[in-house]
Amino acid sequence: MLSKRNPQLNKHGELIHLLSIEGLPRAVVEQILDTAGSFLSVNDREVKKVPLLRGKSVFNLFFENSTRTRTTFEIAAKRLSADVINLDIARSSTAKGETLLDTVANLSAMHADMFVVRHSESGAPHLIAQHCAPHVHVVNAGDGRHAHPTQGLLDMYTIRHFKQDFRNLTVAIVGDIVHSRVARSDIHALNILGVPEIRAVGPKTLVPGDLRDMGVRVCHDMAEGVKDADVVIMLRLQNERMNGGMLPSSGEFFKHFGLTPEKLALAKPDAIVMHPGPINRGVEIASEVADGKSSVILPQVTFGIAVRMAVMAILAGNEA
Amino acid sequence: MSELLLDAEGLYLELKRGVQRLLTPDTALVGIWSGGAWLAERLAADLGLAAGAISSAMHRDDFGARGLAKADHTTLPFDVNGRDILLIDDVLNTGRTTRAVINELFDYGRPQRVQLAVLVDRGGRELPIEPAFSAARVTLGPDQKLRLARGDDGRFRFEVK
Repeated sequence: MLSKRNPQLNKHGELIHLLSIEGLPRAVVEQILDTAGSFLSVNDREVKKVPLLRGKSVFNLFFENSTRTRTTFEIAAKRLSADVINLDIARSSTAKGETLLDTVANLSAMHADMFVVRHSESGAPHLIAQHCAPHVHVVNAGDGRHAHPTQGLLDMYTIRHFKQDFRNLTVAIVGDIVHSRVARSDIHALNILGVPEIRAVGPKTLVPGDLRDMGVRVCHDMAEGVKDADVVIMLRLQNERMNGGMLPSSGEFFKHFGLTPEKLALAKPDAIVMHPGPINRGVEIASEVADGKSSVILPQVTFGIAVRMAVMAILAGNEA
Repeated sequence: MSELLLDAEGLYLELKRGVQRLLTPDTALVGIWSGGAWLAERLAADLGLAAGAISSAMHRDDFGARGLAKADHTTLPFDVNGRDILLIDDVLNTGRTTRAVINELFDYGRPQRVQLAVLVDRGGRELPIEPAFSAARVTLGPDQKLRLARGDDGRFRFEVK
């Protein structure tokens, strides 16, 4: 069972695992964002690498496929000089019947220093963090519907980069909020950083009223949802959700909640448009918006590497 | 501990004279965060030189024990390749910070030469590093901390703990 103390923090309050943004002290979130800023400049060097994780082994454990997220973690770890081992777990040991904890015990015996874990079950990274050797750090790279903390942090980095101050912002998150670990992580992070208005925008099936308990304003009307927003975060409409009768069709969704230039015009003139990717053009976002001047979707990707470097460097420097 | 009588502003003028003697046409100043960066900024303005700031955070040898230092950005607004780099620091002690920033510097290119000028050399070296110029030498106990502070008016003073 999880201990009462936040399992992500050691007794000095320092980050030793990154499992969820929920419950993180504001100072830790800000430390990660500040540190990411200095890692961004590593791209400007002739030698695009720093030696902080030299001699350390980072294991990417992706029990669920995600080429993009895995690649950004791999790049981040390599820029920190770590050795990176990618394990296509979904197709190997688990398929042979090995339990999650047996897999982890085996990998620990190979002298892993850090596990980056993507899993379709919520809570899998927590379980690993509770059972791995004390020197091993665990980073959650997305677990079920629960959390995707590095995406949440890179979204915060992006917002801070373009808007500087969180305290006067209106942030609209649009789409399939209920199934989205990105939305959940974003909402926790925005609350921690003191954003006064967070809106969850989408149809009733995907944005249920009880989301209000997370401190968000629920909007079932797109015009109301994006009006005067400083930041619009579009989520990917997950096609697999279409089958359960939650949505009539992707065309219907686009008509009501797709971000078009007309709908974006309701937001503030200097609003930014974000998306965790991969984008579905013509499903949740129009091409004119995705490629338009308000879009910061590609800077998000660049910042994502710096944020993941920051998380890994901070974890590696802290002892359990 | 008795109050240490170090006149930071007086020593700054001494440092400025020392730095002037080390200049070549290709010299660029690089100040080590944080005190050295303040000194380099003021020297650059007084002497009309290019200046940058450098952080030891990415190359520290105590990362495993102390974790990531507060990450100040390295900003080098010039090409370091072929330049005469004059590193500036407020206090030189073990030499470990100097070693770390030399590594950091070489991540940006290959300077022609690297030298070091400091406000105060307090001894206690643990690496073979010597400054080309120091405005003062003092002896302090290993537990004493000496650092430069900058007031709101931009004037320097030393803090001893």
